Amino acid sequence: MAGNAWRSTVSRVMGAVKSQTQPRTFSRGMQTVTIIPGDGIGPEISSAVIKIFEAAKVPIQWEERNVTAIKGPGGKWMIPPEAKESMDKSKIGLKGPLKTPIAAGHPSMNLLLRKTFDLYANVRPCVSIEGYKTPYTDVDLVTIRENTEGEYSGIEHVIVDGVVQSIKLITEDASRRIAEYAFEYARNNQRASVTAVHKANIMRMSDGLFLRKCREVAENFKDVKFTEMYLDTVCLNMVQDPTKFDVLVMPNLYGDILSDLCAGLIGGLGVTPSGNIGANGVAIFESVHGTAPDIAGKDMANPTALLLSAVMMLRHMGLHGHAKKIETACFDTIRDKKVLTKDLGGNSKCSEFTAEICRRVQDME
Amino acid sequence: PQGLSGARLQPLCVRSLSLTSSRNALESPPARADSTFKVTMVPGDGVGPELMTAVKEVFKAGDVPVEFEEFHLSEVQNMASEEKLNEVLGSMKNNRVAIKGKIHTPMEYKGELASYEMRLRRKLDLFANVVHVNSLPGYSTRHNNLDLVIIREQTEGEYSSLEHESVAGVVECLKIITREKSRRIAKFAFDYATKKGRSKVTAVHKANIMKLGDGLFLQSCAEVAELYPKIKYENIIIDNCCMQLVQNPYQFDVLVMPNLYGNIIDNLAAGLVGGAGVVPGESYSAEYAVFETGARHPFAQAVGRNIANPTAMLLSAANMLLVLSPQNQCVSVCVSLCVCVSQVRTRDLGGYSTTGDFVRAVVANLRHRPVY
Repeated sequence: MAGNAWRSTVSRVMGAVKSQTQPRTFSRGMQTVTIIPGDGIGPEISSAVIKIFEAAKVPIQWEERNVTAIKGPGGKWMIPPEAKESMDKSKIGLKGPLKTPIAAGHPSMNLLLRKTFDLYANVRPCVSIEGYKTPYTDVDLVTIRENTEGEYSGIEHVIVDGVVQSIKLITEDASRRIAEYAFEYARNNQRASVTAVHKANIMRMSDGLFLRKCREVAENFKDVKFTEMYLDTVCLNMVQDPTKFDVLVMPNLYGDILSDLCAGLIGGLGVTPSGNIGANGVAIFESVHGTAPDIAGKDMANPTALLLSAVMMLRHMGLHGHAKKIETACFDTIRDKKVLTKDLGGNSKCSEFTAEICRRVQDME
Repeated sequence: PQGLSGARLQPLCVRSLSLTSSRNALESPPARADSTFKVTMVPGDGVGPELMTAVKEVFKAGDVPVEFEEFHLSEVQNMASEEKLNEVLGSMKNNRVAIKGKIHTPMEYKGELASYEMRLRRKLDLFANVVHVNSLPGYSTRHNNLDLVIIREQTEGEYSSLEHESVAGVVECLKIITREKSRRIAKFAFDYATKKGRSKVTAVHKANIMKLGDGLFLQSCAEVAELYPKIKYENIIIDNCCMQLVQNPYQFDVLVMPNLYGNIIDNLAAGLVGGAGVVPGESYSAEYAVFETGARHPFAQAVGRNIANPTAMLLSAANMLLVLSPQNQCVSVCVSLCVCVSQVRTRDLGGYSTTGDFVRAVVANLRHRPVY
């Protein structure tokens, strides 16, 4: 059953993530989690998640913080110090969608967060959701995207008027780090293969370096099969037969595009969870959809993505029981099809959807 | 479809109409007394040579007055050199029309960062790549009745071949976007849309992250869009575009984008209608037209096994005929092709027929066509 496969996959994902961080003893009391509601529909879905967690009696204390870019000393853009402090202390974060203005202005907030906490790996498991049908069935893959460099270095110059250069940066260290993460992930989650996605035939030096590092790391993980594939070949094959893919590792831009492509295969960003892993034990889980300003404040948003990311977070924290309860409630609600938000094909409100999940969670007590 | 009536299979060919007659920049090659057209042919690597053989056989069966001048330019087979490249360019200057397979780009860094394929493109200034994504009649996929056109700027952007290792272990790769080329491809896209009666052009970009680079591209598209009030103009971010293509591709009509995104979307869209074997494409400059497949892969693992699907290359060859001489030959070739596609399926479409089987079927169909 895809649903069970999904659940076991997510628990494996989180098992892996957990095993890679330093062991922490969680006090028997409340664990603090920094929550960043975000913009647009962010506040609505964040409160939905908080409500559901309350109904499930999850021992979590939320610390709400806002991240708006501010200019620090020296003129560099940074996130507010309160937010940074909170995250450094709690090490776990849940984030809603943040607005990114198009063309000029301050750098993207998401990028800033990544830089601040060195969130180098973006992990997005894409598994077909039972009860939410798309033309693609049996999708079960994971995209692991290098999140700190590549095309999103943010370094651009106007050479002369009308000529712009954007710099794509690939470094040995970052490539090696993400490759190691991908292979460890595959090993810890019993995934059979890791595929490096690149365009080294065109970008011979940069993607060539990335590929070389992947090959080197593969040598140390002989139990996991390593393949390489051109980005365009991956796209071509992905839409014809997504079951051929397992774990994919790639630099920033390709990862961005492919992870969204895979999200589209299973039903869109409204139902896709995502986790960002940082170098010093920090992990931020987020919903990857946009801020949806057109439906903000109208109680129409779908909290599933943020909820599933929060479930990923629970597993990361070792709270498997609560995670399973909430996840089951969510999937049962979707499968039942009686109370669904508009994007899932129903016409219920966000609050109704949330209430239904809360009800199911409480019934499970 | 203008002019050609008849089976609804024919529009497949007409929609792929190149714009010679309607674009002032590209004039048809001079009609000769014996009206044989000379076309440059570069088979390329992988299954390229097999596909070219298919084209030649079909043209012969259709009595098509085209003579091919072949050049074997290949980086992986050690048949590449400056002289060869210049020979090809010289031939192109005379014939102006070419048909080619994919010249494979090896990954090893041999001291030259730009591949032969890129250099050919740059020297001929083939700035516009047009891929026609049409669902094949009789072959259903997850998304049927698709009709998209993907226009890709293919001389700058991420394929600048400007890379350097500034510090050991740190590589920089430059992506160049210029206003001039962005405007040029935008104008091409809107001209194309106007001539073909398309209603909407969507620009694909990532200007929220690459604010200056893709921002410039977007701005250029918007400026050009104002000159074409009858065509609707929209823009969409590349990752959202990919997602929308797999969920609801019908919302798109003509798409225009810089180099790398074009590569991705070309292949994605080709996958939507059946793969690299069924989608034709061409590249244009102000003076030349090069016909090839839409999704360009050498498909080396199929070499010698007679399994490659020649449909894409044959459709492209039919489009080329339309450019050279819009007469009935193209129609026949096309119709035969389309009929065969629904009956003779190669491996990539789930059947067991070989390349040879398919070509024979098309040839047989051509021999029995009504003579106009």
